[in-house]
Amino acid sequence: MTLPVTITINGRSYQRQVEPRLLLVHFLRDVVGLTGTKVGCDTSQCGACTVLLDGTAVKSCTCLAVQVDGSSITTIEGLATEGRLNVLQETFWSKHGLQCGFCTPGMIFAAHELLRHNAHPSAEEIRHGLEGNMCRCTGYQNIVRAIEQAASNEGAA
Amino acid sequence: MTATTKTARVFGSGIRRREDPRLLTGTARYTDDVALPGMVYAAMLRSPHAHARITRLDTSRAKQAPGVVAVFTAADTESVLKPIPCLWLVPGSDLKLSPYRPLAKDVVRYVGDAVAVVVAETSYQAYDALELIEAEYDTLPAVTDPEKATQDAAPELHEQAPGNVAFHWVVQGGDVEAAFRSAEVVVRERIVQQRLLPTAMETHSAVAHYVPVTGELTLWNSTQNPHIVRFACSVVTGIPEDRLRVIAPEVGGGFGSKIAQYPGDFVTVFCSMKLGRPVKWTETRSENYQATTHGRDHVQDVELAATRDGQITGLRCTVWAGMGAYLSTAAPGIPTILHGLMLSGPYRIPALKEDVYGVYTNATPVEAYRGAGRPEATFMLERMINRLAAEIGIDPVDVRRKNLIPPFDDGFDVVTGLKYDSGNYVGALDKVLAHVDYRALRAEQARLRQQGRYMGIGVSTYVEICGLGPSQVAGAVGFQGGLWESAIVRFHPTGKVNVFIGASPHGQGEETTFAQIVADELGVEVTDVKVVHGDTDNTPMGWGTYGSRTTAVGGAALAVATRKIKAKAMLLTGHLLEAAVEDIEYESGRFFVKGTPDRYKTIQDIALLANVAWNLPEGMEAGLEATSFYDPPNFTYPFGAHVAVVEVEPETGRVDLKRYVAVDDCGPQINPVIVEGQVHGGVVQGIGQALWEEAVYDDSGQLLTGSLADYAIPRADQLPEIEVLSTVTPSPHHPLGVKGIGEAGTIASTCTVYNAVIDALAPLKVDAIRMPLTPERVWRALQPSREGA
Repeated sequence: MTLPVTITINGRSYQRQVEPRLLLVHFLRDVVGLTGTKVGCDTSQCGACTVLLDGTAVKSCTCLAVQVDGSSITTIEGLATEGRLNVLQETFWSKHGLQCGFCTPGMIFAAHELLRHNAHPSAEEIRHGLEGNMCRCTGYQNIVRAIEQAASNEGAA
Repeated sequence: MTATTKTARVFGSGIRRREDPRLLTGTARYTDDVALPGMVYAAMLRSPHAHARITRLDTSRAKQAPGVVAVFTAADTESVLKPIPCLWLVPGSDLKLSPYRPLAKDVVRYVGDAVAVVVAETSYQAYDALELIEAEYDTLPAVTDPEKATQDAAPELHEQAPGNVAFHWVVQGGDVEAAFRSAEVVVRERIVQQRLLPTAMETHSAVAHYVPVTGELTLWNSTQNPHIVRFACSVVTGIPEDRLRVIAPEVGGGFGSKIAQYPGDFVTVFCSMKLGRPVKWTETRSENYQATTHGRDHVQDVELAATRDGQITGLRCTVWAGMGAYLSTAAPGIPTILHGLMLSGPYRIPALKEDVYGVYTNATPVEAYRGAGRPEATFMLERMINRLAAEIGIDPVDVRRKNLIPPFDDGFDVVTGLKYDSGNYVGALDKVLAHVDYRALRAEQARLRQQGRYMGIGVSTYVEICGLGPSQVAGAVGFQGGLWESAIVRFHPTGKVNVFIGASPHGQGEETTFAQIVADELGVEVTDVKVVHGDTDNTPMGWGTYGSRTTAVGGAALAVATRKIKAKAMLLTGHLLEAAVEDIEYESGRFFVKGTPDRYKTIQDIALLANVAWNLPEGMEAGLEATSFYDPPNFTYPFGAHVAVVEVEPETGRVDLKRYVAVDDCGPQINPVIVEGQVHGGVVQGIGQALWEEAVYDDSGQLLTGSLADYAIPRADQLPEIEVLSTVTPSPHHPLGVKGIGEAGTIASTCTVYNAVIDALAPLKVDAIRMPLTPERVWRALQPSREGA
């Protein structure tokens, strides 16, 4: 059995027939071909698959494609506008907040969510806000610095 | 043409990484992101038992399932696929090899041993069909503890290895028996270096595309060493190396676990060979924890002999190193060459002996994991020094000072036969102690103890071995390959540069640091240098990225290649300016005749003129390109000193890591920001081992920590700021003086944190707790003393 869904991703509408059991992350990666969203676990721990669902960060392995029918998704491919990096992309770059890059898309959306709720978080609040996202390369320190920098850049803007 | 005048040297500058824009925008492509027309998906059926005889394997229902293209078992693969070779055959160790088949035949030997593969049109269909394979087993007794596996009643895994001993290797130097006979003090400890799950965020993955009409295979593979994969894949599948292209695209971390040659890769290749279609296989995380190699797994009995005033006179130990069910690619070299030869660390130890037993167990194969043998050696030493210090009542820092090798800049022979290249261990120790104000920390500790609070300070000094290594030594220690690296530097007519390297970085940033090397040597802009790696069809042979060797060996190859370019540019400049080559000088991208710096050719001029070749000196070949195959004369030996400060809450056993300071010396730093990032990540991985991480098997051999819900890698909120400092002691033999920094943090941090916790608990008479130091373990260790209090 398949069901029709219409999902807007990065401003573009996708109409597809999908199995009811299809995870959103697999819809993004395998059906639409937007592979920037990563899969790092099968128990919703790692956060590599985090995207924005109607503006709110969600782990895209925790919802089914049919559940987000009619919704709007932002993936890492949709974050830079007109070739200009988003502030978090910029500060992750300038603060060396990534090494292998695999956790990075999810980290950036987790950071985005954090800053949406708290524009000027302390280092401790940032670390707390990243609990649901795992990185094995950086030890998190430069990710924290990148988010601090993004917060201060946003404040300055 | 005008040359760029540089104000700051690009070597040593913390510029942003060149690889990041694609990683930040989702345009980077990892193996699982590869999609090819007609591609099908493989899923592996894995043994649920640690040790069992396969009594029935019926795939007929699975073959009928929707979308299924094929189902294969060992009965299909065994006529095509040879066993997977072990590539580190340590000599003099009575190595007992046993067949490591891509799909298990008759007997399974660990939970996760693959027995069948399903290929289907979608991955969901492949997983559905796995459920329809009817597999039945007669279970056999299992053993997962490496020491117990060598005992009389233990079940045996392989008929080739009686008592499960895969090898027995001994290192010795000096008269260790005499040292212990005459020792004034002997301290002993049993140390368990628990099994760890490397947990690269990207699980292992392969996409195989075999074209029957040409007999050519392209294999996208999440690997640290594509050229070794090509070689091994040729051996296992019989596809000639010239028709075999291995691409390591973006690789999402490895930490040693992507050195290994995996059964799943060869099975995926087999499926593509049989079906003539591209086949993708990507591990789930739970599958990764069973099927991707693990790390550490040592049981160590250690004794240290010393004088009453703290001079070490001997070290003696026996190690049971778990190998898991089969010998993985480099596994035998890790507890031997990379561990035993580093046992004297940064100290003058006149006599030592170590017996290492590599042991088959009913567990996932063990392979290199960040540090690979050196963390297990460093921990052992740093632990025993603290134990000695406690025994003789001398501050552990003073015991270290008394035994550290004095500064040297061109070679120091140690008892295991290695020659360290350069070191200033006291310098690193002094720097870290001054930074933390060690005396003040001890005073604070005393003050807190008065208040009933348990603060602990851990200090460690370490040296490690990197830059693996001279190929002659590789051969002598049984490594089935060379350990040189290669680089091609190619100038295009417009003065832009491609660098092609045989090594295969996967997050370490060499696309940037190697561009910095070229820019520094030849005066081009960093942004004009693109570094190409990871594709065996367009890069020269190389042995891979592990053992912190990419910059230490590959960087040397690149430096040598750039200097060949410079030499040719000198010749061509002399010809064009009608001067003898001896009179040509180079500075900041300009070549000119001595004394007349206004008449010059830039490296870009030379690139154009060499490529058009209208006017070359007699005998000079066209083009501006150089290749170097660099085989180092020795290893490199980075070192450092770390300090950790903890507070332990005795009521709960909770360890609060309050402060961590690292002083590391990797020689001159090409990019200090990248160095710092390597230290952060390395330190945190080592902290993970000390405090949280352990792969746990139950008595029947089930992996209890089978998912990321059960296995505790460090999270952001559990960690303090890591304070990173450095000293700079160049390697005397490296063209750039650099040593390597990828593993240093991990090598030092586990023992530093562990020693801090034990130091905190000294008033409570706790002198050892098995890692990881979880609240439960610490709390349990405290119960006798609390009851007695």
